[in-house]
Amino acid sequence: MTAANGVAIVLVIAVTLYAWSGLADYGAGFWDLLAGGRETGRRPRELIDTAVTPVWEANHVWLIFILVVAWTGFGIAFASIMTTLFIPLSLAALGIVLRGASFALRKDAARVNRRHLAGWLFGLGSIITPFLLGAAIGGIAAGRVPVGNAAGNQVTSWSNPVSLTAGLLAVSMGAFLAAVYLVAEAHRRRLADLDAYFRIRAIAAGASGLLLGVAASVALYAGQRQMFDRVVHRSIPLLVIGVLALGTTFLLARRGFLRGLRVVGALGVAALIWAWAVAQQPYLLPFTLTVTDAAGAEPTLKWLLAWAAIALIVVVPILAVLYTLDQRNALGEDPTTSRIDSGHG
Amino acid sequence: MGEVCLWSSADQLLPARSQMALTLMFHVILASLGVALPALMLIANYKGLRRNDSAALTLARRWSHAAGLTFAVGAVSGTVLSFEMGLLWPGLTGTYGDVFGLPFAIEGIAFFVEAILVAIYIYGWRRLRPWTHFWLGFPIPVVAALGAFSIVAANAWMNTPAGFTVGSDGRPTDVDPMAAIFTKALPYELAHLLLAFYMAAGFLVASVYAVGWLRGRRDRYHRLGFLIPFTVAAVATPIQFAVGDTIARWVASNQPAKFAAMEVVTQSGADQTEIIFGRYHTDTNDVSGGIRIPGLDSFLVGFSRDTYVQGMDNFPRNDLPSNVNIVHWAFDVMVTIASLLVLLVLWFAFAYWRKRTIPGSKLFLWLAASAGALTYVAVEAGWIVTEVGRQPWIVYGIVRTSDAVTRSDGVWVSFAVVTVVYLLLGIGTVTALRAMSRRWRRQDIADETAVYGPRPGPPVAAETDLGTGT
Repeated sequence: MTAANGVAIVLVIAVTLYAWSGLADYGAGFWDLLAGGRETGRRPRELIDTAVTPVWEANHVWLIFILVVAWTGFGIAFASIMTTLFIPLSLAALGIVLRGASFALRKDAARVNRRHLAGWLFGLGSIITPFLLGAAIGGIAAGRVPVGNAAGNQVTSWSNPVSLTAGLLAVSMGAFLAAVYLVAEAHRRRLADLDAYFRIRAIAAGASGLLLGVAASVALYAGQRQMFDRVVHRSIPLLVIGVLALGTTFLLARRGFLRGLRVVGALGVAALIWAWAVAQQPYLLPFTLTVTDAAGAEPTLKWLLAWAAIALIVVVPILAVLYTLDQRNALGEDPTTSRIDSGHG
Repeated sequence: MGEVCLWSSADQLLPARSQMALTLMFHVILASLGVALPALMLIANYKGLRRNDSAALTLARRWSHAAGLTFAVGAVSGTVLSFEMGLLWPGLTGTYGDVFGLPFAIEGIAFFVEAILVAIYIYGWRRLRPWTHFWLGFPIPVVAALGAFSIVAANAWMNTPAGFTVGSDGRPTDVDPMAAIFTKALPYELAHLLLAFYMAAGFLVASVYAVGWLRGRRDRYHRLGFLIPFTVAAVATPIQFAVGDTIARWVASNQPAKFAAMEVVTQSGADQTEIIFGRYHTDTNDVSGGIRIPGLDSFLVGFSRDTYVQGMDNFPRNDLPSNVNIVHWAFDVMVTIASLLVLLVLWFAFAYWRKRTIPGSKLFLWLAASAGALTYVAVEAGWIVTEVGRQPWIVYGIVRTSDAVTRSDGVWVSFAVVTVVYLLLGIGTVTALRAMSRRWRRQDIADETAVYGPRPGPPVAAETDLGTGT
C-alpha cells in the first residue's frame, strides 16, 4: 500500500469519526429545534443539552482535522473541491459559526428572547451544516468537481439530485445517531418518558434515512450511472451491513436492549460511509483525479501517516478519559451559571 | 487597499484578503486567550491549593469559565479559517499544501487535546479531587504552546519559504516537510507571538480587576485578580521589547522590502532618518509629515549611523506592499504601545518593590485598566505589519497572493455576510462575558469559597445507575 492510499484511508476514518461524533451533534440540534414549544420541549432540550455540552468542541475538531489532512495530503483535490463547491462550503462554515456560537453563548444570554433566538440559530445551523456537507460529498461522488480553481459549475455542482438527496441523507443520519445516543442517555438517567420519546424518533429517523438512501441511489442511477454501477458491484456487502445494522437498531430499540444500541447504530452509519469510499476509490474526484495523482510529496505523506498514528495514541486515551468522566457524571458543573448541575431527576 | 487591483487580474483578491484579514484578526484575540488564559488560571489554582486560598481558587474557577467560553468561540472561528484556506486561497493549499500543511495537522491534534483537557478541567470543578483536577489541567498551556508553534511555523514558512525547490512545471519538488517547519523566521516569530499572547491575556485580565480596584472593590479577590495576570504580563513585556527590536533588525536583512515599508525608507543609503508616522506617497516615493529623528533608523538597524539600509527605490513597485502606509502606521502603533507598556511595567515594578502592593495612583490604575485593550491593538497591528508587509507575496518571493486567490464568484457576498456574522459574534461574546461577570458579582462569595467541596453527588436520577452506560 502506498503512503497516498494510507492517507486516503486516514481521511475516511476521520470522516467516520466525525460522523459518529459531530454528525450526531448536528442531529441533537435537529431534535432540539423540533422539540416544540418552550414548555413541551423543555425536558428533551435539557437532556440534549446535558448530553452534548461537555463533548461538543472535541466532536468538531475532527472536521478541522479532515480539512487539514485533505490539503496537506491531496492539495489539488482540496483546492478543486473548496472552490467549485464554494457556495455550499461557505454556507456550511457559516452554519458552524451559527450553531457553535449560539450553543456556547445561549446560556449566557441574559434575556429570554435572546436565549430563544440563540436556540433557534443553533437548530438552524444544525440542519443546514450537515445538509450542505452531505450535498458537497454528493457533488463529489456525482463527478461534478473537476480539477482546477473553481473549474466546475458553482451552482449545479451541489444543487443536483444526487447532492440534494445526499444532503438530506446526512441530516437524517445525524438525527438517527443522535436519537440513538439520547435513548441510551435517557435510559442511563432513568428517564423512561424521554427514553420512549427518543426511541420513536430514532426509528423515524432511521426509516427516513432508509428512504433517502433509496432516493439517493435512484438519483445516482439517473445522474451518474458509472458511480451507481460501482456502488452496486463493490459496495453491496457494506450496504447490506448498513441495512442490517439499521434493522437491528430498530429491533434493539423496540425490545429495550440498550447496551448494544449505540454500537450498532454507529456501525450502520460507518457502513454507509465506507460504501461510498469503496465505490469511489481509487478516485478522489470521480472520474478525473485518482488518489495517486492528487497525492502530495511522499515525505509529507509519510510524516502525515506517522502523525496520524501518534494522534491516535495520544488522542484516544484522553478522549476515553473525557467520555468516561462524562458518563460517570464527573463532569457535571455548568460553567455558565457557575453552579452545580442539578440534573434532571 | 484599493490600488491592489491595478496589477491584479483577480477580481476576488480584495474581498478575499479583506475576509481573511477580518477572520484572522478576530481569531487571534481568541487564540491569545486560548494560549495564555489557561496558564493564568493554573497559576491561581496552584496558589489556591498550596495556600488554601479561596480567593485564588475562585479566580481560577471563574477564569476557567471565561476561558471555556472564549475557547468555544475560538474553536468556531478556527474552523472557519481552515475552510478559508481552501475557499479563498486554492493556489496556496492546492500547490503548496504538501509543503507547509504538516504543521496544521500537528495543530489539529494539539487543539484536539487542548479541547478535551479544557473540557475536563472546566466541567471537573467540584467533581474531581483538587490535585487530580489541577494536574489534569496542567498540560493545557504546554499543548496550547505546541498549537501556537504549529501555526507560527506555517506563517514563518510563508515569510521565509524553505523545504522545496520549484520544479520546471512551477510546482514544488524535493519537498522536505521538516525543513519547511523549521524555517529561519520560526524562532523569531514564535518568541514574539508567545510573549505577545501572554502580555495580551495578562494585561486584559488584569484590566478587569484594575477597573474593580478603581471602583473601590479593594479586597483580596481583586488584589490577586490584578496581581497574578499583571505580573505575568509585566515579566513578558521587557523581554518582548528586546525580542521585537531584534526581529526588526532581522527583517531588515531578510525581508528588506517589508522593512523599507515598515520604516518608510524611500531611498537606499546610510544615515537613514527614523520617521514616526507621516504619510507615504506611492507616486513620488516620498514621505510628508511625521516626526523625524536623523540617523536613528540606521542606528537601530546596525548600531551606527553609517549603516546602509535598503529603501523602496531598490524594488520594483509591484514587489512592494500594496499599501505602505498601512504597514508603516501599524508598525509605529505597535512600537508606541509597546513603549508605553514598558513604562507602565517599570512604574509597577518600582511601586511594588517599595510597597508590596498595587500602586494606588489613579493614573496608574487608569493606564492599567486600558493596557489590556491597548495590547490587543498592538497584537493586531503586529499581524498587519507581518501580513500586509509581506504583500504582494503569499509565499515570500515565490507565489503572489493574486495568483493564489480563488476564482469562485461571490467572495464579496461571503465577505459581507462574514462581516455581519462576526460583528454579531463579537457582540455576543462580549455580552456573554459581561453577563458572566455580572452574575459573579451578584453571587455570594460564600457560595464560591467551596470551589472544591463539599462535592455533590451525581444528579439524582443517575445516582443509582453509575457506569452502566459506559
